Amino acid sequence: MTATLPPTTGPQPGGTQPEAPLAAPRPALAHDWRRIARMGSIAAFGQVFIALSNMPVRLDERLIVKPVLSLGYLVLLILPFAAGYRQGHQIKREGVPTYAPGLNEVVGGLSCGALAGGGLSLLAVLLTHFDLREPLVNWSPILLDLLAFGNATWFAAVIWLVIGGGMGAAGGVLRLLGPRIRRAVVTMALAVAGAAVLESLVVDLAEGLGLETLTDRLYARRGGVNWSSALGLAVVSGLLAVVGRGRFRQARTRVTELEGAKRTQANVGLILLTAAVLIVLPLFAGKLTNELLANVGLFVLLALGLNVVVGLAGILDLGYVAFFAVGSYSAAVLTAATSPKIAPEMPWLAALIVVVIIAGLVGLFIGAPVIRMRGDYLAIVTLGFGEIIRLLFLSDWLSGWFGGSQGITNIPAAGIFGLTDVAGTDPRRVFYLVLAFCALAIYVSWRLEHSRLGRAWMAVREDETVAEAMGINTVNVKLLAFVVGAVLGSFSGAIFAAKVGSVFPTSFLILVSIVILVVVIFGGMGNIIGVIAGSAVLIGVLGGPKQPGLLVEFSEFKLLIYGALLIWMMLARPEGLIPSVRRTRELRQQEMAQDAWLRGEVDDDDGGNGPAGSPSAV
Amino acid sequence: MSPGHPDPAADSGDGETGAATPLLEMRSVNAHYGAVHALVDVDLAIYEGELVCLLGGNASGKSTTLKTLLGMLNPTSGEVVLDGEVVNDQPTSYRVARGVTMVPENRRLFKRLTVRENLDLGAYLRSDSDQIAVDMERIFELFPRVKERLTQKAGTLSGGEQQMVAIGRALMADPRVLLMDEPSMGLAPALVQQNFELIQQIHEAGLTVFMVEQNANMALSIADRGWVLQTGRVVLDDTAENLLAHPDLQASYLGTAEQ
Repeated sequence: MTATLPPTTGPQPGGTQPEAPLAAPRPALAHDWRRIARMGSIAAFGQVFIALSNMPVRLDERLIVKPVLSLGYLVLLILPFAAGYRQGHQIKREGVPTYAPGLNEVVGGLSCGALAGGGLSLLAVLLTHFDLREPLVNWSPILLDLLAFGNATWFAAVIWLVIGGGMGAAGGVLRLLGPRIRRAVVTMALAVAGAAVLESLVVDLAEGLGLETLTDRLYARRGGVNWSSALGLAVVSGLLAVVGRGRFRQARTRVTELEGAKRTQANVGLILLTAAVLIVLPLFAGKLTNELLANVGLFVLLALGLNVVVGLAGILDLGYVAFFAVGSYSAAVLTAATSPKIAPEMPWLAALIVVVIIAGLVGLFIGAPVIRMRGDYLAIVTLGFGEIIRLLFLSDWLSGWFGGSQGITNIPAAGIFGLTDVAGTDPRRVFYLVLAFCALAIYVSWRLEHSRLGRAWMAVREDETVAEAMGINTVNVKLLAFVVGAVLGSFSGAIFAAKVGSVFPTSFLILVSIVILVVVIFGGMGNIIGVIAGSAVLIGVLGGPKQPGLLVEFSEFKLLIYGALLIWMMLARPEGLIPSVRRTRELRQQEMAQDAWLRGEVDDDDGGNGPAGSPSAV
Repeated sequence: MSPGHPDPAADSGDGETGAATPLLEMRSVNAHYGAVHALVDVDLAIYEGELVCLLGGNASGKSTTLKTLLGMLNPTSGEVVLDGEVVNDQPTSYRVARGVTMVPENRRLFKRLTVRENLDLGAYLRSDSDQIAVDMERIFELFPRVKERLTQKAGTLSGGEQQMVAIGRALMADPRVLLMDEPSMGLAPALVQQNFELIQQIHEAGLTVFMVEQNANMALSIADRGWVLQTGRVVLDDTAENLLAHPDLQASYLGTAEQ
């Protein structure tokens, strides 16, 4: 019926037209204030939440740029900035012409950021007049002091409005800048932040390489990048970003466009280069770096295993820690002389063979009932099995075997053909051992992904019913995924046992499962490089369930950050940090086309492939 | 009179009196979903080289019949016979390997996999890589568009192209009988017509086709024979022409009475 309406030019009866006609410019202050208020108050709420989580106070000791900025203050700057940027982004997207170009974005960002900062102003006022220490542990004068920069309350109230507004406006301005400048600015910020975050790593490496003078200049004595060197770093990286714009992408496209033997050559070259760096680097690195690398490696192993289960076969396993635990405990029982019940005291490598068999069997045993379920039910059941395994190790019933809560201690070092002994006291050796297993796991994952079995896994992930109709034995295929995942996880467990020298049930909390899953999702499900990058960022920087990362100060807030990252990831980059090409295309195709249309330009981020693709590229 | 068979070898399969064994057969099959009696004493016989259809409204048991034929659902009684062999206890993979292949309802491609991967998965149970390559080429001849889209994600294709890939994927299994679940569902009217022409074309190339449809007019216009299923029972079993002319079908099922 609506289709037959005659085209009317006058106001339509019954319905008012909320939008102004597109052609008329809009004054700078005629904003969608409701949206600004909504976003601003969300950000304000977030600010108060962050402040009351004690993050600013706790992280204030860690300096990013000396003496201007500490990590504690940095976390309070992010939200107003992000809100301002987002606001500017939306205003710009609407593409409404204004009297002064860009004014809308800046004003929008500024008001949004000021609102966000206002949250802290309000908090400062409330902090002085009320005492809510009872429910809110961090409601303290220390926080007030931090917010007021040591001044009076009114100062805090004003300064946070100003800071918030400033950050918001900066965010709006950033959105206004051309893509080239924006990229340069982002690179500058990332370079400084990266230098600050990686401080201990860089210092450690510089010591090994004899470059102390460089790091002495870069970093202040008690941590943090020097103000002057931060500036220098920013300038250099910004210039590099402008000059090297697109070079990296070009190089990558050139590599991906290579064909046949040349492509293989390039790949082999890249792999050899990476391997060389990873083999040589630890020689110059100190204990700290190697320990960190070893921890990251252990989680790479775990994440690669889970990636087979979740990423390829699409089985959401929330109890993956079970296999890590089985690997650790069986290695402990087989190698340790102090193992309560049986102590065959096998050499580590021989024990590993048994460990793999045991893990495979456990995988079969757990998998058999689990894979008959689908979706949410399956996830819940795996969650249960993960806990069951831990509770079995903890139980009195089996304490004669596994020591109950006492665990098994004095696990000997892992002997490799009598050449070396790998123990936690020498993290460099641990790293090499982990590296070898990671290489193996990467190779296996890669081969599997491109095998007939890998394709069957993906088919099951996409549509189990149809996969079955294609003649795939879905039960067997899914069981195999479980077993492969279990075996890879048990490698990590066996190394972990030898590294730490003891195993306790508390090492295998459900948290470990969650962290591994977060690593896989964060990095990019179903993508090997993504999984490695995810471990490096999450485990290396933020730290694992028990392992400290580069930002040691964060360990208390790790879970909070994980959660926030995950939510942000799902909203902004559902395909993960380093997505497989296949996923980006699928998740983004419509969106990218729409963006390009809204901007009235053709998106240049799209690697330059035509829509039809080229059949020869396979 | 039923339309002539393209395959002379299966001539005796014209009607149920022939001596030849049916390629695929259901003998008084009953199937249940819990307490629901989904199929009641269903008898079907599909002969080599035929293009036959199973008609019925919603929840009449059409898809259940397909699932039972393919072994994704076990009948509570009765026999599913493939080429003279009772296959009740054989899994889906066994039947697929022996030439029973389905094009699922709504095409249901593996959307995040490329077109090539979809086609490869169709040939999952085959190991004769030379012949697979030949079949792949044949599919490209049949659907040149599919070849253009090989490296593209299946989910990004248009409805018509997806239908081609779905049929291509089924053909990659080198089937003897193609089971098509509602080939017209979810397609634009123009595509429906095109799709049925496609089915006819495949059939004329020598493939046995068993399709399940709601769109009776369209299905019967290309089929040799057909059955009408109502709440799990076969209520009509005749040649396509007779079915089209049948008063009950005209009045109740096709909804063409008022035209």
